[in-house]
Amino acid sequence: MEKIEVLVSKAIPLSLENIDTDQIIPARFLKSSKREDFGSNLFRDWRYTDKGLIKENFILNNPKYAGKILVVGRNFGSGSSREHAAWSLFDYGFRVVTSSFFADIFKENALNTGLLPIEISELYLQYLFKTITYNRNILYSVSLIRQIIKIDKSFLYDYFSMEKYKKTCLMKGQDDIDFLICLKYKIKTFELNSYS
Amino acid sequence: MLKTLFDKVWKSHIVESIPKGPSVLYIDRHFIHEVTSPHAFEELKCRVLLIYKKERIIATVDHNVPTKNQHLPILDALSKKQVKILVENCKINGIDFFGLLHNNQGIVHIIGPELGYTIPGITIVCGDSHTSTHGAFGSIAFGIGTSQVSMVMASQCLLQKKPKQMRIHLVGLTKISVTPKDIILYIISKVGTDGAVGYFVEFSGKVFRKMSMEGRMTICNMSIEMGAKGGLISPDKTTLNYINKIKYFPKNILLEEALPYWRTLYTETDFFLDRECYFYASDITPMITFGTNPGMCVNIVSRIPRINANAAYQEAISYMGFKVGCSLKGLPIQYVFIGSCTNARIEDLRIVAHVVKNKTKAFHVLALIVPGSKQVVFQAKKEGLDQILQKSGFEFRDPGCSACLGMNEDKLPFRAYCVSTSNRNFVGRQGFGSRTLLASPLVSALVAIEGKIIDVNRFLWKKLKF
Repeated sequence: MEKIEVLVSKAIPLSLENIDTDQIIPARFLKSSKREDFGSNLFRDWRYTDKGLIKENFILNNPKYAGKILVVGRNFGSGSSREHAAWSLFDYGFRVVTSSFFADIFKENALNTGLLPIEISELYLQYLFKTITYNRNILYSVSLIRQIIKIDKSFLYDYFSMEKYKKTCLMKGQDDIDFLICLKYKIKTFELNSYS
Repeated sequence: MLKTLFDKVWKSHIVESIPKGPSVLYIDRHFIHEVTSPHAFEELKCRVLLIYKKERIIATVDHNVPTKNQHLPILDALSKKQVKILVENCKINGIDFFGLLHNNQGIVHIIGPELGYTIPGITIVCGDSHTSTHGAFGSIAFGIGTSQVSMVMASQCLLQKKPKQMRIHLVGLTKISVTPKDIILYIISKVGTDGAVGYFVEFSGKVFRKMSMEGRMTICNMSIEMGAKGGLISPDKTTLNYINKIKYFPKNILLEEALPYWRTLYTETDFFLDRECYFYASDITPMITFGTNPGMCVNIVSRIPRINANAAYQEAISYMGFKVGCSLKGLPIQYVFIGSCTNARIEDLRIVAHVVKNKTKAFHVLALIVPGSKQVVFQAKKEGLDQILQKSGFEFRDPGCSACLGMNEDKLPFRAYCVSTSNRNFVGRQGFGSRTLLASPLVSALVAIEGKIIDVNRFLWKKLKF
């Protein structure tokens, strides 16, 4: 997993609410058995028509917008538990997703993928949307150590909450498997106590 | 002192709690299927890890298998590869695997309870969001992502933050024509698709006590659609009767020993949870969705509500080809799909067969019945349901997830309307540009007969009795 500490980047706004994982990556693109090339199918039905032609008016197809931060409306990632959704966002080049809140499973999947889901207040989210539409070249900075997101070199920031354990995981680039494997002895004791 | 059902099960499965962090939760049962498992096996291989408890895992194929001619090789190359990888992985690791031609094959959430893998008071995970189905037995069950699948394989544990708890209480009893699917659709429409995010929902009330296990599973199955982590219903006599009837109940679990524990699994009535919701059961009528999420649903006879200044809402309605203020009544339907982990159990097939007996479907409707598992197929054949359904012009297929998510050949064409008993009506879920209307098996069966959406309320009062 990649380490995340500080990220300064432009942002791409997608001001829709309730974007479900079927929109992020449709089920028919889940057939790959290797974890690669999911980025090309991100928002497939929004980026391309059924004949494979590019839909010019969709924001990801607009070359003027770029960046590693995706700003989305509330309840992002609802629906299916497919981790492919987080993979495709990561594979496409996003490192941070910002919303006022995420669906439970998506949030966990994103954290396990190394994609940072940032939950900010609805007010600040609307402020972000406004600033991007005002000037799409504004740089935003996300600091995981201080747990803040702001316009780079400005003072208007918002805190996001993050579990202490997850924070250290992301900063060190570790994941849960390493942690759980170290607990094997305790797990065995637990099994002996509860199941015999 | 532990007072809630959720707390009781959760506490008994905690291996360790990290201070100010998540807890290490022990997982009793782990189901895997072909779509979300290959990457997890790959991950373990990369890290040179072994599967820790293979006897706690069962595997099946359901998501992308064909529902016709299952004895022939799978046509789609990628699906075939995924299935093949799962077969190989299970063989190498010694995991119980129910392949396409196995008598126990079926949708994971249907075979789990059927084969006695789901019992009260345990923890269950699966790389599929509808794992919440198993909560109907009073166990903690939730969907996980692929990384977490590999975690459970490697250590039989998961790092989980304890969710908040919510109780949904239904006061009174429902009308005769209302099925469990209508109840859960009603609840979702009231709570909202994001209303229960971060919560584990417990359902309580007389309605759920009187409901059959199949109905409870439908309720818990769709609790994920309101954003909840999972759903729970405390076990009672109905649960015990269901478990007693299971043919394949694992021999190593002694009912006598388990019973005292199961009897403690309930929430004390005077205890308030983090959030409480009360609804009147008598308000519930047969429901149908009109939009692109399960929360957008109305009584089958009422008009599409007007919500101003909401662009997403307007867009959803125009995607479906409707207008605000119009009624769905009389809308011609081309496809009817009865299946998926929500409504493909034997009880649902019985309802459909009961409705369509001695009638034929409308000529322009393609009606698909995909039973949930091979066991359901056998039972249906035993009761002669397949004959009744086929005589009425329904296609009786082999088990699988099928048109619920359109990963196999069963896809809908562009702009086609489908009344479906599945659980999600997202844009393009059943095929590119398809329009899904979620409804109960009862409504779906009647729609297949009539060829259009009709007023179910009145029809049932006259002719049907449960």
